Amino acid sequence: MSTRLLYFAWVKEKTGIAAEEVELPREVTTVAELIIWLKARGPEFDHAFACSNVIRAAIDRTHVRHDTKIGTAHEIAFFPPVTGG
Amino acid sequence: MIRVQQEDFDIGAEVARLKAGRSDIGAIVAFVGVVRDQAGAVEEMTLEHYPGMTEAELQRIEAEASASWPLQASLIVHRYGRLRPSDNIVLVVTASEHREAAFRAAEFLMDYLKTCAPFWKHESGPQGSRWVEANVPDDASTAR
Repeated sequence: MSTRLLYFAWVKEKTGIAAEEVELPREVTTVAELIIWLKARGPEFDHAFACSNVIRAAIDRTHVRHDTKIGTAHEIAFFPPVTGG
Repeated sequence: MIRVQQEDFDIGAEVARLKAGRSDIGAIVAFVGVVRDQAGAVEEMTLEHYPGMTEAELQRIEAEASASWPLQASLIVHRYGRLRPSDNIVLVVTASEHREAAFRAAEFLMDYLKTCAPFWKHESGPQGSRWVEANVPDDASTAR
């Protein structure tokens, strides 16, 4: 099953892409493991996720912590702390 | 009700629509967030958001306010896209029988919106451009 990954604000600028469909390997079960997997994909991703503790994540449009299980997620988003209002 | 839009909003028209045909509302609080030029440092602000999640978060926040205070109506309008100093960014309107619930709910909505709604501000001016960093006091204020 493919998973849609979205990147926003400076995370998008650093990865160079806004959205992509990926096949996640079986060993990637949490958001934190997904970040480790993404960082190994290339220098842009390694740079984008360098301060990974600052980056926020959402699974299927709900805020989640990095220790959250990915489960059957369709859409996972990564972004900096929000600055609306 | 919530709305996410590029266009500006008219505070008077929004308040009038909210209370139209109702005689049970005794207090209305309206808050407007506006782009500041920060002494000439900001010439343009671009607001990016996460379509789909933004609406879901605003609806969740509004439902939480309605569950916490006796509100008769509420409205959140948040803009995205390119804005300039003095442009409106966000409108929060709360209506209740008495002022206390309206004031408190409006403050709650703004505090939560600033920490949960997926918007990101990018500012540009004579010194270059940058992503606005999250305000720590705002993050802390949701914990109270």
